[in-house]
Amino acid sequence: MGLEAKLTQDGFITSTLDAVIAWARKSSVWPMPMGISCCAIEMIAAADPKYDIARFGSEVMRFTPRQCDLMIVAGTVTYKMAQVVRRIYDQMPEPKWVIAMGACTSSGGMYRSYSVVQGIDQFLPVDVYTAGCPPRPENLLNALMAIQDKISKSKARDFQDKLYTNLELSNN
Amino acid sequence: MDIKNLIVDKVRNQFGDSLIEVVEFAGDLSLTIDSKKNRELSEFLKSDPELQFLMCKDVTGIDWGTRKNRFTVVYHVYSFQLNFTLRIKCNLEGEETKIDTVADIWLSANWYERETYDMYGIIFKGHPDLRRMYMPEGFEYHPLRKDFPVLGIPNSLPLPNKID
Ligand code: SF4
Repeated sequence: MGLEAKLTQDGFITSTLDAVIAWARKSSVWPMPMGISCCAIEMIAAADPKYDIARFGSEVMRFTPRQCDLMIVAGTVTYKMAQVVRRIYDQMPEPKWVIAMGACTSSGGMYRSYSVVQGIDQFLPVDVYTAGCPPRPENLLNALMAIQDKISKSKARDFQDKLYTNLELSNN
Repeated sequence: MDIKNLIVDKVRNQFGDSLIEVVEFAGDLSLTIDSKKNRELSEFLKSDPELQFLMCKDVTGIDWGTRKNRFTVVYHVYSFQLNFTLRIKCNLEGEETKIDTVADIWLSANWYERETYDMYGIIFKGHPDLRRMYMPEGFEYHPLRKDFPVLGIPNSLPLPNKID
């Protein structure tokens, strides 16, 4: 017997607002696919039917930051690109989270050189680091689940009084 | 006549002493020419009916670090007629970093010269649009020079401010 048949009349449930909001948020994390180099291919693979990121409510990858609340930075971030990554991050509405996908994004990876930022934590607040070069799609899903876990423990009011200082870019 | 001999003979007839060195290595032919003659040579190679080097495949630089003539500018040009790629080298005198542009002779050289300017700081006189290419505008160093550290110079490249 299905739930619909059981509920022949309007019913009600009790919960807390925090729990409902956190549940809604964590079940619809919309990623901003910041795919810069090879890791992006694995990120794309995570959306295919085999790995199926849609199971987590995160299949809505749109190429605009306006409706996104999770930035997946997948690839080698150079100093020149850092300005762009940060600008797109700033355009995302709060609250928002960041996954640093792969060795390059997390630590500069094998590019120990003047042009590559040695870890995006130098200009972005990172919530989850994903190991690998590239990480397998399962690993990205694992990171996504870690974000969901983090969101499910959050309270709606946590974001209410947050002060957004320091938002201006360093130049241009 | 062999393609390489044809090229060398023609260039030697035309430029005489300005042709400093002819090297053949691993099937490649390299001509070293006086850096003041690079435009003349380019025009000659392109317009000569037998050679017709119509395409500039690459322009780059070499920084020899401590050598007396520190910089060399290298061109790779290609002839469809001969199906042959020729390498031309120009040694710059001392610490000199200026050479005439060939961007109006081979249009493709425009970006290659910008790239060489960006990475080596070699100034192509008469280039229509000599701007930075890979590095941010306003960056004061040239990363492929031998005295530029591999890990860069701390804080020479700006990052956005950190968010806490
Ligand atoms: S971590 Fe590896 S796969 Fe990912 S962007 Fe860097 S080099 Fe490419």
